[in-house]
Amino acid sequence: MTFDAKASTFELKLACQMQIAQQILFMICAVAAIFFFTKKVKEMRRNILLGRDEDISDNKEQRWKNMILLALGQKKMFKKPIPALLHLVVYAGFIIINIEILEILLDGVTGAHRLFAPMLGSLYAFLVGFFEVLAVLVLVGCVVFYIRRNILKVKRLDMPELNGWPRNDANLILITEVVLMSLFIIMNVADLSLQQLGAEHYTKTDSFWISGSLTGMFSGMSVGTLVAIERTCWWLHIIGVLLFLNYLPYSKHLHIVLAFPNAYYAKLNPQGEAKNMKEIQNEVLYMMEPDKAPAEAAAPTSFGAKDIKDLSWKNLLDAYSCTECGRCTDACPANMTGKKLSPRKIMMDTRDRMEEVGKNINLNGEFKDDGKSLLHGYITTEELRACTTCQACVEACPVSIDPLDIIMQLRRNLIMEESSAPGEWNMMFGNIENNMAPWKFSPDDRDAWVNG
Amino acid sequence: MSIKNMAEYAANGEVPEVLFWVGCAGSFDQRAQRITRAFTQILDKVGVKFAILGKEEMCTGDPARRAGNEFLFQMMAYNNINTINAYGVKKVVTICPHCFNVFKNEYPKLGGDYEVIHHTTFLQQLINEGKIVLKDGGAFKGKKITYHDSCYLGRGNGIYEAPREVLQAFDTELVEMKRCRSNGMCCGAGGAQMFKEEETGTNRVNFERAEQALETGATIIAANCPFCTTMLTDGVKNKEKEDSVKVLDIAEMVAMSI
Ligand code: SF4
Ligand code: SF4
Repeated sequence: MTFDAKASTFELKLACQMQIAQQILFMICAVAAIFFFTKKVKEMRRNILLGRDEDISDNKEQRWKNMILLALGQKKMFKKPIPALLHLVVYAGFIIINIEILEILLDGVTGAHRLFAPMLGSLYAFLVGFFEVLAVLVLVGCVVFYIRRNILKVKRLDMPELNGWPRNDANLILITEVVLMSLFIIMNVADLSLQQLGAEHYTKTDSFWISGSLTGMFSGMSVGTLVAIERTCWWLHIIGVLLFLNYLPYSKHLHIVLAFPNAYYAKLNPQGEAKNMKEIQNEVLYMMEPDKAPAEAAAPTSFGAKDIKDLSWKNLLDAYSCTECGRCTDACPANMTGKKLSPRKIMMDTRDRMEEVGKNINLNGEFKDDGKSLLHGYITTEELRACTTCQACVEACPVSIDPLDIIMQLRRNLIMEESSAPGEWNMMFGNIENNMAPWKFSPDDRDAWVNG
Repeated sequence: MSIKNMAEYAANGEVPEVLFWVGCAGSFDQRAQRITRAFTQILDKVGVKFAILGKEEMCTGDPARRAGNEFLFQMMAYNNINTINAYGVKKVVTICPHCFNVFKNEYPKLGGDYEVIHHTTFLQQLINEGKIVLKDGGAFKGKKITYHDSCYLGRGNGIYEAPREVLQAFDTELVEMKRCRSNGMCCGAGGAQMFKEEETGTNRVNFERAEQALETGATIIAANCPFCTTMLTDGVKNKEKEDSVKVLDIAEMVAMSI
């Protein structure tokens, strides 16, 4: 064997070892990402199930329809057409591009490069080109969103309740998406350049629409540099994706997943209907007709909701699904007139408290009383009192969240557990009890208008 | 016009076509009483056989429930349902969207299941059936009218068109506010707010909503709820527009035009 031949076998061996090292590293990253994500998902499930039981198993057909219309079709978003269109582009683009992730994952595991290229033939370049177009659209969408949030300062996206983490969260997602999309395109440009140079391992494909027109930016670079660029983009892209997966559970971005179950479990009854409290209905019945009371009827122990466990699991799913878009708050008459109430804040508070309770459980094995609660600790009486129960928030929410249901349960706790009501309300209650009307009129005058 | 109550019908062994549920505002509030009378005039004129509960009617419990006092609500519901069921009532019409919502959506779960209809839908049906014929060139001819969706008729129960159809039967121009239909803004009375001061803020809800209504340039603000009527009237007064702009319930408008 000549020296040259020896050297090239050595190089080949090295390249092969590098390849295997990359494969192993990739698998470690992927397994770790999936492990941590699964762990967090289990934790979220546990947190949601901290809520009390609520039977939502009726009307399956309508529920599937809602899921398709409201979550997949984003029906409510289209009340505001411009953000709706941008959102649709970003969302659809993001989801469809993720098909590409499948190939990236398989490449990573098998050590192949563009595994699908030989199988799909010319369709392959078409598909990647299509993904690239979507990537550019997503990129543009995210930039516009960033401008709306930070430069135009659209009112609902620039409220004090977003200060701190929520605002950073929103911007971080937008920036991450821009970076991921850019990496995807740069990777393809480098790849095409390598193909043109006939570099080994870089499967020959047809040109891609966007990256094909950008190869000029890498002209004159050596194979080594281009491989470095391609590999760096590939790694950053896939690590970005894996990190993003693990970031989801801590972010408002979780709605891309939870909007689906949340639309499925959305309230189907008329929005005006308040949930019945069967326990109290029975209490009243047994009081009025004692013979109907079962012998061992246990009196209910608490009324309404004070903390996470008193809310239903659907309320808690709502909280995890909230994307903090503020459409609810934007439509809220109390908020519009400067009251402290913001239905978005109600949802954010519920999620924050749920996460706090979850951490408490992680730490102690079970929930140890921390002397805090959702009511008072996060949501104040003043906020709750300002609600007119107008359901504008429920109507406005694109991900089928019902902030009013939480408000009502907290209000019930205030009145029935704490006997905390403004004096005027106590007077109103007294009047209803004694005069059968919320004002101090004699019940005998109820039909006096007939002679008026 | 003589208005009979359920007990009087029952005494004659008769059941009226429909129970007119007046509600607390319609019964006691002077402004709302005008709506009540207007509606009964229409019923009388059309020849609908109706009755009221009279002194047997009680608050539905709505403000108590919305404030969070479920116990009081259940008490009122229990009593009302017992009374109404005892009379064998099949159909209930009401001039208040809050009563309407309680009857339609909340009493059925408690044993009170009736056909429930809001007066604006009732009026629309009577117009469609030709039983109400509006005078040509009536009091509203050529006037600009805007319509305020109450929360519990609109969003609460999805009734947006029936009241508008009634208004279109007048020879008028109907102009919509920026926030209308499912995006309509509350008048500020719901959720038991009617019975307490507002929390501190930068404006009152009813002032804000009245300003939106005034922006349309309408001279009549049509409403479907006695509470909205009161709230918006106050809002119009706040802008010192009460001489040029009137807040009227749709029933009052119909009564004035037949
Ligand atoms: S129901 Fe309450 S919280 Fe929701 S929009 Fe109306 S006033 Fe605001
Ligand atoms: S509750 Fe719905 S409308 Fe309100 S901020 Fe959350 S996602 Fe947006």
